[in-house]
Amino acid sequence: MDVVLFLLFASVAVGCAINLVLQTHPISSALSLIGVMGSLAVLYLLLGGEFIAAVQLIVYAGAIMVLFVFVIMLLNAGAEKRPTRKVLRTAVALPLLFTLAGVGAWLAATQTPKTDAVKFGAYTAGPAEVGRAIFTSYLLPFEVTSILILIAILGAIVLARKEI
Amino acid sequence: MPQLPIALPSQVPLSWYLILSVILFVTGAAGFLLRRNIITVFMCIELMLNAVNLTFIAFSHKLKQVDGNVFSFFVMVVAAAEAAVGLAIILTVFKNRSTLEVDEVSSMKL
Repeated sequence: MDVVLFLLFASVAVGCAINLVLQTHPISSALSLIGVMGSLAVLYLLLGGEFIAAVQLIVYAGAIMVLFVFVIMLLNAGAEKRPTRKVLRTAVALPLLFTLAGVGAWLAATQTPKTDAVKFGAYTAGPAEVGRAIFTSYLLPFEVTSILILIAILGAIVLARKEI
Repeated sequence: MPQLPIALPSQVPLSWYLILSVILFVTGAAGFLLRRNIITVFMCIELMLNAVNLTFIAFSHKLKQVDGNVFSFFVMVVAAAEAAVGLAIILTVFKNRSTLEVDEVSSMKL
């Protein structure tokens, strides 16, 4: 059952990711990205990350993607005008990327022990565990993050003003 | 249950999650390098961040420690801040240049 769920949502994620890169219209790309994030949330649940799965749906697929779609609508962004026909760039980039993928996949397949299997329910990190870790051992990074968000809000307001 | 043509393992190996993460990351990198629309480039960055998050959660499950979940929470927070600032920058660029093509916003290039 785990394997079927994993294969189903992993293929949805990969399909949506490839669709994201291939689509020329930004709205189609944004919808594909929401598909990737939704299926990744299911994979997080399979891995026991209950809190992160919820946050993934609320913050990523919810808030951040609404921001993206809002900006696409605001700028009235259409499809890319000239299709990307940069032959040399593509010819150099694609083999290098395939090499990166191959080396990464080979490392992942050979360097992890064959007995390492993800057993559903063997470990769960719900809100209680994550909250305890954040507010005890990760308290300082958490507070620094709040300052980061404050600065990001100020920066967004300054950048989006009229006279720049 | 019908017999499948290939024998599936009864549990998902950890390496499958890592390989999925590699595939998503490389797809995002490909989009980042090859696409010219600035918003799509930005979405490809989010895709790469998501791929790394999957690795964090997978190792958190394998090591049975909560730290991976906490790290991926921080990654999400930074991604949210980055999205807010980045989209504000895109708005400003569009206001000044009236274009979303990254090739046409290259005045800092030598």
